[in-house]
Amino acid sequence: MLQSSNNDIRNVLQSVYDPEIPVLSVIDMGIIRKTENIQGEAVVHITPTYTGCPAMDTISSQIRMALLAAGYPAVKIVQELSPAWTTDWISEEGKQKLKAYGIAPPIGKALDAAGLEDLHPLCPQCNSANTELISQFGSTACKALYKCLDCKEPFDYFKCH
Amino acid sequence: MTKAEQLSQLLQLADNALIIGHRCSEWCGHGPILEQDIAITNIALDYIGQARNFYQAAATLINENQESFPGFAFPLSEDNLAYLRDEREFRNHLIAELPNGDWAVTTLRIFLFSTYQYYLYTQLKDEDKTMVGAIAEKALKEVTYHLKWSSEWVIRLGDGTEESHHRISKAVDQLWAYTGELFTKGDPLQEQWLQKIQSVFAEADLTIPENTWMHQGGTTGNHTEHMGFILAEMQFLQRAYPGSQW
Repeated sequence: MLQSSNNDIRNVLQSVYDPEIPVLSVIDMGIIRKTENIQGEAVVHITPTYTGCPAMDTISSQIRMALLAAGYPAVKIVQELSPAWTTDWISEEGKQKLKAYGIAPPIGKALDAAGLEDLHPLCPQCNSANTELISQFGSTACKALYKCLDCKEPFDYFKCH
Repeated sequence: MTKAEQLSQLLQLADNALIIGHRCSEWCGHGPILEQDIAITNIALDYIGQARNFYQAAATLINENQESFPGFAFPLSEDNLAYLRDEREFRNHLIAELPNGDWAVTTLRIFLFSTYQYYLYTQLKDEDKTMVGAIAEKALKEVTYHLKWSSEWVIRLGDGTEESHHRISKAVDQLWAYTGELFTKGDPLQEQWLQKIQSVFAEADLTIPENTWMHQGGTTGNHTEHMGFILAEMQFLQRAYPGSQW
């Protein structure tokens, strides 16, 4: 019974989306560390993506609202910083959704020295690898700005983190 | 570490991030081109995020150990620490509070400072098992991008035109005397820091000034004349309308 209620929490979270990337649920993002049902109270452990990400406050309140709407009488959100969130935790499905939405998903593994080498993410529009960095900092903290030298479209790239 | 030492460590980490973050945020809407405006505004946001985490940890420490911290009004929040302390209570290094100057001063300051943060946070991540280490682990990923971005600018300007080289050389002369304060005597981080600075300066055709006299004061609350102006702007709202929220 407890287990099934816990699954229910995760099901509710499937419908909570990142406000900046509205195709990714918080589950896809990999920011849910743990969910617990403690005598009716839904406890959700989340990890922030970026230290200064302004979407985190919105995401927390959306999680709370969704669980309250689903009938949980009390909701507690616990923030965990360590181990730090990494783009490796974005689900495969999440990466596909990112690409379909027009954001190139992170290439390779979490940020290390290699993560800062010159990368050429595939253009999410035309799949060309002939791409070029415009800026390491894009429309939000988690994205860099690239352009495709073939189809000439600029695009966001979700940085390794 | 005593509770008081823990608090002063947290406040210095928080104050540094808040003040340099505020300086970076002053560029919002004024960057030389749109992409760089967005870049420095993102960096500002990262710094403010770091500051929030450290202030929250400091507030928790104070609230949970009220007997160790007489003189605070309880319960206090991150906002009390950022907006209701006076100039002499801030523990940030002087380099964080200096005016932005031109783009050369701005990017060089971020380079000198993020190199310091990079090695400091690496050490904290590895050695500190408290909340401080967890915040450092998280922030280190962002600092790595700041370091890359700012070192590219130092190289671009230093190895650029006659004018850009002149400007960044002037910035080195202006800022160098504020770097000594970042380290205590014999701090092993200083050697790592210096090596990174030297390698980027070599690529940028810049030299480290020979004059090694250094400003001191930030860590004891003796700030430059610029600090009061930052706080006046930053704290006005909370002082005039206590407890107001966004």
